[in-house]
Amino acid sequence: MSETIEEQFQAAGVVIDGLHKSYGPVEVLKGIDLEVAPGQVVCLIGPSGSGKSTLLRCVNLLEQPNGGSIDVGGYDVTDPDIDVDAMRRNVGMVFQQFNLFPHLTVLENCTVAQQKVLKRKKPDADRIAEKNLAKVGLGEFGDRYPDQLSGGQQQRVAIARALSMDPKLMLFDEPTSALDPETVGEVLSIMRNLAKDGMTMLVVTHEMAFARDVADRVVFMDDGVVVESGPAAQVIGDPQTPRMQDFLKRVLDPTHVEVDE
Amino acid sequence: MAMTARQRARTSLYVQLGIFVAVLVALAITIDWATVRTAFFQFESLGGMFPTVITVGLKNTIFYTIISFFFALGLGLVLALMKLASFPPYRWIATGYIEFFRGVPALLVFITFGFGVPTAFPGTVWPTWLVVMVSLGLVAAAYIAETLRAGLQAVPRGQYEAARSLGMPGWRAMVTIIIPQAFKIVLPPLTNEFILVTKDTSLIFVLGLAVADYELTKFGRDGILQYGAGITPLVLAGAMYLIITLPLSQLARKFESRAAKAKR
Repeated sequence: MSETIEEQFQAAGVVIDGLHKSYGPVEVLKGIDLEVAPGQVVCLIGPSGSGKSTLLRCVNLLEQPNGGSIDVGGYDVTDPDIDVDAMRRNVGMVFQQFNLFPHLTVLENCTVAQQKVLKRKKPDADRIAEKNLAKVGLGEFGDRYPDQLSGGQQQRVAIARALSMDPKLMLFDEPTSALDPETVGEVLSIMRNLAKDGMTMLVVTHEMAFARDVADRVVFMDDGVVVESGPAAQVIGDPQTPRMQDFLKRVLDPTHVEVDE
Repeated sequence: MAMTARQRARTSLYVQLGIFVAVLVALAITIDWATVRTAFFQFESLGGMFPTVITVGLKNTIFYTIISFFFALGLGLVLALMKLASFPPYRWIATGYIEFFRGVPALLVFITFGFGVPTAFPGTVWPTWLVVMVSLGLVAAAYIAETLRAGLQAVPRGQYEAARSLGMPGWRAMVTIIIPQAFKIVLPPLTNEFILVTKDTSLIFVLGLAVADYELTKFGRDGILQYGAGITPLVLAGAMYLIITLPLSQLARKFESRAAKAKR
């Protein structure tokens, strides 16, 4: 059973079609169409409250969509009969607040789901965790606890934790927004390497430079709809819509915002 | 006459001390010390209570406390999870249970199980430990459930989401990620709960007991009749409770300061 799911996930792209999400009377997503081809990096940008985090969380069903469909690696996650846990095994998620498990060591953070979910033996799980910790530059930190690490280090552990499940798709929910400015770079450079390795990534971010350099496509959302999308150079370098132009002006040059009296 | 704030504070302190000393002096003069001594502190007459007050009484108090507490802990965890369940009837049952057992005196629960079970099921006689475990456990579970629920809710939502997004089923996320963290949070209040259970084991005195089942309070009450030392046997029993509870209070404080440090 789980093997067929693994097979389906060999090439994990995402196809979102007409997605709606409401909280009570408030409609947060108003019909989103979005595609991430296997191996592609797509960055979701837009003002806060535009619905981009909600969209991301719908992809692994941390939020239940109200309408439309999401296909992940040929697997319809909006089908009420799917095995949610099997789907999530193949989709890594990195949160703004890291959400490392504070009662476990760094190494255990990376092995607990391998052992409990994938039923890997401890030596195998340790080996895979150590490999991924080395990949994020924290090979020596396995014995520490999360609260002994800086924010940037914690986020790198969170990435290693997700990678240890061998995901076919990685979701990043504002991974650098809670970081001190000087540690943002280390996290972004790891994400850059991941993209280079061909990982399929959907990234909610405010880092325009990262989006411009790394993303295959950039999607600009505002008020629950996709306003503009296309190749990074085009959307960021030559925005077509007034809303995107206005947003970029505010993000790139925050000191020159005119405040309405 | 104007006083500075510091002068006012010092004057107020002297007045408080004065009142305190006056009360002490008044008590020392009016109390009949000779009678107090024979009624409360006639320990030399209690030789007959040893060593059984320790080998049976103290031992049984600790035994009853432990079985009741762990029964309550198990039941309380189930109730706490029910209270947090998304299926409404679970929440109603848990809420009803908690409100009921927090609202009735533990003594009545003891009487109900001690005398009610043989009445309802003729021929069925529960051993004392079972009556204690069930009656005290049912009551304590109501309090513990609320403590555990608060602890489970104190673990940030993101922990559950992170566990689920790694593919853990809900129960696995609870067992491996949420409950261990919640347990650390509730350790101090649970220790206090343990102390309350220790003291409530004294309620067994309402049941007819074989001597081998006596706990501290029962020993004390029997001692009053036996030794002609006033209520000194109860004072002795009280001291024995303190032997159990004081180190536990100390432990709870230690857990608390450790938790505070961990939070920083």
